[in-house]
Amino acid sequence: MRVPISWLREFVDVPADASAADIQADLVRVGLEEEGVHGGELSGPIVVGTVVDFVDEPQKNGKTIRWCHVDVGEAEPRGVVCGAHNFFAGDKVVVSLPGAVLPGPFPISARKTYGHISDGMIASARELGLGDEHDGILRLAELDLDPEPGTDALALLGLDDFAVEVNVTPDRGYAFSIRGIARDYSNSTGAVFRDPARTASLVELVQEPGDGFPVTIADQAPVRGRAGCRVFITRVVRGLDPTRATPTWMVSRLRLAGIRSISLAVDVTNYVMLELGQPIHGYDLDKLTGGITVRRANRGETLVTLDAQKRQLHTEDLLITDESGIIGLAGVMGGATTEITDATTAVLIEAANFDPVSIARTARRHKLPSEASKRFERGVDPLVAEVAAARVAQLLVELAGGTVDVLGSRLYEALPPTPITLRDGFIASLMGVDYTADEVSDSLRAIGASIDTTDDVLVVTPPTWRPDLTDEPTLAEEVARIVGYDRIPSVLPVAPPGRGLNRSQQLRRAAATMLAANGLTEIQPYPFLSEAAHQRFSGDAPAMRLANPLDAEVPVMRRTVLPGLLDAARRNLSRGLTDLALFEVGVVFLPEPGRSYGSGDLPAGNAHPGADALAELNAGIPPQPWHVGALFLGDRIAKQPGLSAVPASLADAVTAAHQLAVSLAVPIRVEQGNHPAMHPGRTAEIFVGDTVVGVAGELLPAIADELDLPRVVALLELDLSALIELGARDVATAPIVTFPAATQDLSLVVARDVPAGDVLAAVAEGAGSLLESVRLVDDYRGPGVEVGNKSLTFALRFRGADRTLTAAEASQAKLAGVLVAAERFGATLRE
Amino acid sequence: MSEPREISETSVGTAVDAALSAIAEAGDSATLKSVRSAHLGESAPLSRLNAELRNVPNDQKASAGKLVGQARGRVTQAFTAREAEIAAAEETARLAAEGVDVTALALRWTPGARHPLTLLQEEMSDIFVGMGWEVAEGPELENEWFNFDAMNFDEDHPARAMQDTFFIEPAQPHLVLRTHTSPVQIRSLLERPLPVYIVAPGRTYRTDELDATHTPVFRQIEGLAIDKGLTMAHLRGTLEHLARAMFGDEAKIRLRPNFFPFTEPSAEMDVWQPNAKGGARWVEWGGCGMVNRNVLRAAGVDPEEYQGFAFGMGIERTLQFRNDMNDMRDMVEGDVRFSQQFGMVV
Repeated sequence: MRVPISWLREFVDVPADASAADIQADLVRVGLEEEGVHGGELSGPIVVGTVVDFVDEPQKNGKTIRWCHVDVGEAEPRGVVCGAHNFFAGDKVVVSLPGAVLPGPFPISARKTYGHISDGMIASARELGLGDEHDGILRLAELDLDPEPGTDALALLGLDDFAVEVNVTPDRGYAFSIRGIARDYSNSTGAVFRDPARTASLVELVQEPGDGFPVTIADQAPVRGRAGCRVFITRVVRGLDPTRATPTWMVSRLRLAGIRSISLAVDVTNYVMLELGQPIHGYDLDKLTGGITVRRANRGETLVTLDAQKRQLHTEDLLITDESGIIGLAGVMGGATTEITDATTAVLIEAANFDPVSIARTARRHKLPSEASKRFERGVDPLVAEVAAARVAQLLVELAGGTVDVLGSRLYEALPPTPITLRDGFIASLMGVDYTADEVSDSLRAIGASIDTTDDVLVVTPPTWRPDLTDEPTLAEEVARIVGYDRIPSVLPVAPPGRGLNRSQQLRRAAATMLAANGLTEIQPYPFLSEAAHQRFSGDAPAMRLANPLDAEVPVMRRTVLPGLLDAARRNLSRGLTDLALFEVGVVFLPEPGRSYGSGDLPAGNAHPGADALAELNAGIPPQPWHVGALFLGDRIAKQPGLSAVPASLADAVTAAHQLAVSLAVPIRVEQGNHPAMHPGRTAEIFVGDTVVGVAGELLPAIADELDLPRVVALLELDLSALIELGARDVATAPIVTFPAATQDLSLVVARDVPAGDVLAAVAEGAGSLLESVRLVDDYRGPGVEVGNKSLTFALRFRGADRTLTAAEASQAKLAGVLVAAERFGATLRE
Repeated sequence: MSEPREISETSVGTAVDAALSAIAEAGDSATLKSVRSAHLGESAPLSRLNAELRNVPNDQKASAGKLVGQARGRVTQAFTAREAEIAAAEETARLAAEGVDVTALALRWTPGARHPLTLLQEEMSDIFVGMGWEVAEGPELENEWFNFDAMNFDEDHPARAMQDTFFIEPAQPHLVLRTHTSPVQIRSLLERPLPVYIVAPGRTYRTDELDATHTPVFRQIEGLAIDKGLTMAHLRGTLEHLARAMFGDEAKIRLRPNFFPFTEPSAEMDVWQPNAKGGARWVEWGGCGMVNRNVLRAAGVDPEEYQGFAFGMGIERTLQFRNDMNDMRDMVEGDVRFSQQFGMVV
């Protein structure tokens, strides 16, 4: 809401020297946050001048300039060069004299141009910020103005005014009016407030409405049981002079408030809406057919709104109709057929109060947020409608030469505000501030509430413009804000002892720290995927999809973190980085095949829905486990003195898996695997027991090529939640034996396609409990080993739990291991 | 070596002199080794003279034995001393030769980095864990009831439309990406015994286009305390503790009236950032207030018995003003240079 200060001053005393910042500070204290300042960019001397005479002088560049003499109220006229030709000698114009500053900022000085000293500038409407007109200069006669030369044009045109813009929170509909802002300014500063809705002349007008214009409310389908329209006031003003211009002060205030001047009658309706917060609709009375009926739309009805759109109406839409049919969407937008035009001489003024829910739904449904709907959605004071209608009538009489017709109508059945019982001490117990009884009651009266005191409770009746005040805490906020939030002291509460981070939280941090410590950089990509990326990594697996993605190309909620890593890799490559090791710890969205998610109608929000309803809501939310992903490309270790480069490969991805397994205290196993997006020979499945917990692999080179990535991109993705779940909660410890170890090497020849890991497992199994550790140290294929075979060398370390082993015992255990490997894989000892 | 065969002061003296001079002249361990064999070995003159002892008449054996024994002792001693000298010299030379340029060593590891947003989220969580609060979590893809209804957003309230919500395809009704971490409030109240003191950090979503100050995917950290007798003064106390922990003892909190459906009264909070680059300043930090009674009712908590406060702030925004960053895009684009500025510590 933009508040022109001259307007604010009409209803509350603002110190003459108050700056925009001062006023904003006063308003923010009571909850009206500053959003900006408008206007006030012009500074004088900018004065009225009379064009005494001029000479048209053609120039070499083809232009013709006017060399003018302008009387600006000084002893001698000034010489001014002007490029416009839309004026005559004797016209009153606005002259910016040297020293003035126009918006831009554009300082004016006396300067030599086209062979003359131009001692000022004749201004156009646009240069003054008064409109878009810049074809010619502004002739004051067009504004029905005829001031003396030398008059301060800034004051004359309202250009010395400025507006502060405040953010109005959804609970404070009353603050969408100068009336409401003035009241809160008074509450903040203690300045006297003069309620514009109580102006004597208006109260008088309100008292004489007729009932000559027939209005019927026929709400056949209230939304959520609430009547769509409880107040509908009309007034008729006839005999308007359609040639009258809107007065400059009104144009200026509307402009500062962010509303463009259209025509006098329309400007007046907007002006009153801003002043009192009551949306007004004006109809051209001569275009109305019969009386007005307010009703809901019927199925299949359509309406062409003022924006020339044909709209399919919904049975919840509240309509204004006459005997010709639909003439407007109530409280949202009028129709074209009864619109006020330049030729209108008689208007019907509508000041109605529509149900917030009905208006909100219609405005949303038709994507038609308007100044009117914005106010109705937040609640308009039902008592202000009559005053507002009278105010429109008053202004039309005053400014457009109209006459108020007694004809009009009044439908008023608004419900009075419900009183709230405020217990003694309640506010103190909520705020931690011991407000005095006077502070409480004075604050509540200041916002317009009335108070009855009985025993130790206050019965507080909120004002009609505060539908948001419904219970004790809402009153507490009012008292706190009027007294000031600065009064709230600072007390640190003592929580009961907590248990620290839970296991999942600790281990997720451990996993991230492990990867970062090992040279990977954490990234945080968005979880939105394209259909192609989803298909590439997850095939036909079901996915959750956004109904309103920001980018229609990426509507899929990811099932995997890998595409995000690939995207980030591409971005880094495009920025000249060549060696990358990236990781992400994040959630994925895993709807199960053949299941539907979501829920039926939602339970009410202000009561516990019951265990069954909660269970249904929770069951309708798809699983969202944590995943960890990693990507490697380029060199894992760069070439350095004495060290060759180590190119990134699948080994890095599998290494990261082992590092994660250590950080999560979970034993993993790596097996040959496959994945549709990965290299068929370079893909590993990661297991914990029999459970697959992830995959490591090199991206399929064809996909790498398609994505402009290098041929080798190693990837890892693990189900972090599953790993944490499967991890050992208690470490089974064994005593550390100190008898000497016996170490032996073992070389076995097996067929090349036998996985070394399986041979190792067989050896370990056969060697039994004397074997302390076994490690693969070589995989040899070459001379001395038959083609098709390979020689695997293992380093074994044996140790007895209760004695020093003999070499013979160790050899015997080793041979037992060989035996199992021989049985299982035909392994033979290499001679 | 040929004669002398006769043990005499002269013959022994000559042998000793020859040995000592050879030992002294030996410059390295290899030479010393040959000196040892020449002067202390079996065929060395002193060894031969020693062997001659058996031919010495008995009455002269003692004096001859003493003469030869002492001579052998002197030579052995000199040898040992020289051996140690040479070993020390050789070790010194070897160490000198082994020197490397420590500024040119190969790094067998590439530096990595955590993301500053997750680090900051952890740092802020830990401040609360230090006060005995616990860290609570909830799903990012939520049912609307938890995100809105239970948080006292009426289905037609303008605040609900203002949330710029991402909706899941309507075939799966009432699912949204959570627009704030607040659904974790209601989940915590439903799942945990009272009193409840939790913080809920995590990712949230709104349909804002990415620009310097907005991102559609962002992080919040939210706090909730529900107990008997909690007041807005406790809210201010908690926020000031957080502010001081993060920005130093000079930090403080300013509250301004505001509106949120899930709190009443509500406030916007500013933090006084004493160490801001360019000078101490007030910065808008987040929203807070006393938990709306309807939220407590939705969780089955009796608002006549329990009350409390909630607050929330954006982690991106916090990082932005804490570290004086201009462009939020850097936080989401995944350029490794961004995280690597921070390394392992935010």
